[in-house]
Amino acid sequence: MPTKDEIFEGVQECLVEALGVDDEEVQADKTLTGDLGAESIDFLDIVFRLEKAFSIKIPRGELFPDDLLNNSEYVSDGKLTEEGVKVLRQKIPHADLARISETRNVDDIPKLFTVQMIVNYVATKVT
Amino acid sequence: MRWFLIDRFICLEKGKRAVALKNVTLGEDHIHDSFPGFPMMPAPLIIESMAQTGGMLAGYTFDFKERVILAKVDRAVFFDFVLPGDQMRLEAELVEIRQEGCRTEGTVTVDGRKIAQIRLMFAHLPAEDAGANFVFTREFLSVFLTSLPLEGMPVGSGSAKDA
Repeated sequence: MPTKDEIFEGVQECLVEALGVDDEEVQADKTLTGDLGAESIDFLDIVFRLEKAFSIKIPRGELFPDDLLNNSEYVSDGKLTEEGVKVLRQKIPHADLARISETRNVDDIPKLFTVQMIVNYVATKVT
Repeated sequence: MRWFLIDRFICLEKGKRAVALKNVTLGEDHIHDSFPGFPMMPAPLIIESMAQTGGMLAGYTFDFKERVILAKVDRAVFFDFVLPGDQMRLEAELVEIRQEGCRTEGTVTVDGRKIAQIRLMFAHLPAEDAGANFVFTREFLSVFLTSLPLEGMPVGSGSAKDA
């Protein structure tokens, strides 16, 4: 079973190849879209590479949910409702939801997708 | 302009590989734009030819039920020019196959001379976004009319004698 460091290195290599960034740029707290410049199609590429690198199967939408909040029940005036926060916890349990649970700001959702989030997810799949 | 950048398949193995041919002529408009006075097949269109080769292979692998689109050019390295009168041979191999998309590794040659090495990623559009199949239209699939033998007969091995 790989250690957390080994998982991080594997994830780092996948992101370097998929996004064309340098090793040094891929730090745990970096966001995929904001800091590393990932586009929507890159998410598919990242999933392919992770599956190959760690010999795991990633069902569609499990790592990067397709439509997180398309229901008016979950969002009101740009803020997450209580129900919306609950849905986030169900769909992306591997993300750090502490901040967004307080701010409830919908614009903060992309910031949930960090390198550490991917490492946490892979760790649950390889154990 | 009809956007056909392959003329014929000489090999099409479902889930594995495809070999297509594309003849380059002075009769094509884009040849004269790149570059004026030195007509050659533009590199981006060589990539498009490979995308059509790999895309058809990916589509065929899923019986044309998936809307296969080119998603990423992972890597494209060029070693030589393609000039009017040349016949490009495009070989694409499926190196990764998933329900959500595929990856191909391809080589382009002219008379055995290596022109390019191209790696592509294809994505399948979700069914709910796709509507009618705008990718594999009857017109586009007509390339098979000049290519494959009748159903039930084996497709060529892709060697020179089949060309």
